[in-house]
Amino acid sequence: MGYEFIEGNEAIARGACAAGCDFFAGYPITPASSILHYMMELTPQNGGLAIQAEDEIASMGFCLGAAMAGRKAMTATSGPGMSLYSENIGLAIMGETPLVIVNVQRQGPATGSATKGAEGDIQFTRWGTSGGLPVIALSPATVEEAYLLTYVAFNLAERYRTPVFILTSKDVGVTKERVDLEAVELPTRVERKRFAPDDDYRPHGFSRSEEVPAVADFGGDRIARYTTSTHDQSAFLTTDPKLIQAMIDHYQAKITAAAEDLALVKHDMQEGADTLCISYGITSRSTAVAVRQARAAGRKVSSLVLQTLWPVPERAILAAMDGVRRVVVPEMNMGQYLLEIERLAPAGVEVVGVCKMDTTLVSPAEILAKGGLR
Amino acid sequence: MSTPRYETYMSTDTIPLPYCPGCGHTTLVKALDQALVRLQPDPRKVVIVTDIGCIGLADRNFVTNAFHGLHGRSITYACGLKLARPELTVIALKGDGACGIGGTHLLNVARRNIGITLIVANNFNYGMTGGQHSVTTPTGGVTSTTPWGNVERPMDLCATTAAAGAAWVYRATTFDQDLPEVLARAISQPGFAMVDVWEQCQAYYAQRNKLRKSDLFGLLESCGFRLGLVADDPRPEYSARYHAAFEAGKGVLRSKPKIEPSFRAAVARQSGILIAGSAGQKIRSTATLLAEAGIACDLYATQKDDYPITVRTGHSVAEIILSPQRIDYTGIDQPDYLVALSQDGVKRTRASIASLPATSTVYTDAALDLPATAARVLRLPLAEAAQGIGKLSIGFVALGALLAESGLYPVEALAATIRAFQSDTIADASCKALAAGAELVRSTT
Repeated sequence: MGYEFIEGNEAIARGACAAGCDFFAGYPITPASSILHYMMELTPQNGGLAIQAEDEIASMGFCLGAAMAGRKAMTATSGPGMSLYSENIGLAIMGETPLVIVNVQRQGPATGSATKGAEGDIQFTRWGTSGGLPVIALSPATVEEAYLLTYVAFNLAERYRTPVFILTSKDVGVTKERVDLEAVELPTRVERKRFAPDDDYRPHGFSRSEEVPAVADFGGDRIARYTTSTHDQSAFLTTDPKLIQAMIDHYQAKITAAAEDLALVKHDMQEGADTLCISYGITSRSTAVAVRQARAAGRKVSSLVLQTLWPVPERAILAAMDGVRRVVVPEMNMGQYLLEIERLAPAGVEVVGVCKMDTTLVSPAEILAKGGLR
Repeated sequence: MSTPRYETYMSTDTIPLPYCPGCGHTTLVKALDQALVRLQPDPRKVVIVTDIGCIGLADRNFVTNAFHGLHGRSITYACGLKLARPELTVIALKGDGACGIGGTHLLNVARRNIGITLIVANNFNYGMTGGQHSVTTPTGGVTSTTPWGNVERPMDLCATTAAAGAAWVYRATTFDQDLPEVLARAISQPGFAMVDVWEQCQAYYAQRNKLRKSDLFGLLESCGFRLGLVADDPRPEYSARYHAAFEAGKGVLRSKPKIEPSFRAAVARQSGILIAGSAGQKIRSTATLLAEAGIACDLYATQKDDYPITVRTGHSVAEIILSPQRIDYTGIDQPDYLVALSQDGVKRTRASIASLPATSTVYTDAALDLPATAARVLRLPLAEAAQGIGKLSIGFVALGALLAESGLYPVEALAATIRAFQSDTIADASCKALAAGAELVRSTT
């Protein structure tokens, strides 16, 4: 018992360690650098190794090698570093590598406002590498959630053999808050499924498309194979269109088939609400204040907060939209998740974005005004 | 049970080596197999790491583990594997093209001395993509992208990695009878070892430049590059040093104490506090203690800091929110309290001060110039009071005044938190400053 006053980045590092992270590689970048600092100290205490790489490409390369040798690996960066991660993200998807990638978003594009916040990488995360295959991304709104969701991200990475993104921002990462991490209820730790000695071993073996293959760690009892090039279930190169499509379907299906399992959302619904706010990350906290103020003024408003951004928690969003006339989507970008909500909104439902990317938080007053909640 | 002897580490099933007739890669790959046969490692403990380039097709011909990654990045995967499992024999095979795009990895693995073996299949051009020039193409060499001869100088891979601190570097050719032995020596090095193997690309470079065996040796001479052992500088491998440094240093790690709420606060609603000063005034750590003491009064708290990338120059502004309820919106649109400690801080928060409502209070050092504001302004001799205690204690003088005057929470809560978190000598000064600040308020009101 007892509180600590820590920033989101420290909570991410500690959530990773609680999940068993024993490998970290990263490169300094504001506002994610303190994750690198914490991990340099914490990882060896967790029985692992942390290294500052020569660049973001090497950070990802080190993590991919270590993850396939059986380590629970994590890397952390901000927008410009995500650009350099891009090609290796594709490799992580293709090689079915469990890996946690943290993006502490800052205002961009390019170098942008290095020390200021934004949520401009939402669609970039979804479409961040060639090939367009789905990914998993979680977005914490508080320091406590940064701890919990990083832990959960490791579990999902292990369960689905895929990179999982923590999509946070400067305004969670380097804001300190009161927390009691010992009081946070963590789910059971998940370890990747490994081959038993008598299994028929194929590095990407599955019988149903959505099945997650067991893995053989490099350096274990099996000969392991891994490749960036188009391959079959045995990780041998192939040019057979049928085998190629089967692998693509598999990468896609293992995420989409699990979409409902992956959907983490928080509801604050009001009976008879005509307006629904859908928000995530730091902006969900401004939204909570706006919703309280609107209700105090007699408006009927519901709120849906998304902790899972990718894959889109479609069923929860559709259910929450049932019966409302307007959906308000506040974001610290020019309307990125808005596109998903517009795609899902039934005919006749008005979708309104409350968008800006001027480095400041979307305020409750702005949500009330632009969201038509005054 | 005796361990089996491996007669080959290459696949005995039907996968043929994929290379063009006369390609040096075939010779090199077979030499690597012979090197492994000499060393007799357990194939489960060997990883051949490759990337994009013709030589990257070789991994599938081995019965060892194989990791085939992005163009130019094989060193990074190899390092990740080796750092994760130092007991593995990790061999990276890459071409001269990959040494260009992944040049920084080459320099850094050499410098760090991570115990992988790098074998460069150096045939002076990109064979896989149509014979373009690479970082090792000789000056004058004709390629798809240097139709009138290469005007660049070739990179001496051995001298470069040696200069970067590589432990063991060797230059060979595919015509060397002792190539298997050289590769075995490289693989046996505990630290980073590189072998730059010069060979012929029969599809492009050797054809376009009429590079026969004798020409290859002439080329070495004309470039002035050394053949044979270029560097031999044994030293402890990275992982060993890393873990030794951790073991030696972990005694200095200490954890912060937790905060048990043991005081009570009077504050009834969410309050925003800006502390505006200069870098070097300990603004951030002072603000953190203000928040932590608030937590000791069972308040919720948040802190954000704004400061330039430099240290001890320019502004430093901390934003603290204290609230008896959970804090949702962490922005402070209008601070309830603003503490001004330097002209840098005032400059940074000028617009905020000017727009403060009459319900807000500014605690400022008496010497500072403030913009016109509707807020209540308390001018106090903060710097003067801090002078006798220590220059860095101005923040605590101001917080003493803030707490005594606003009644946000008891000054004693901050004093107790300071005692819990700061070393005794520093805590003495901080508490003295706190008392001096509280006294300033009592004597002026």
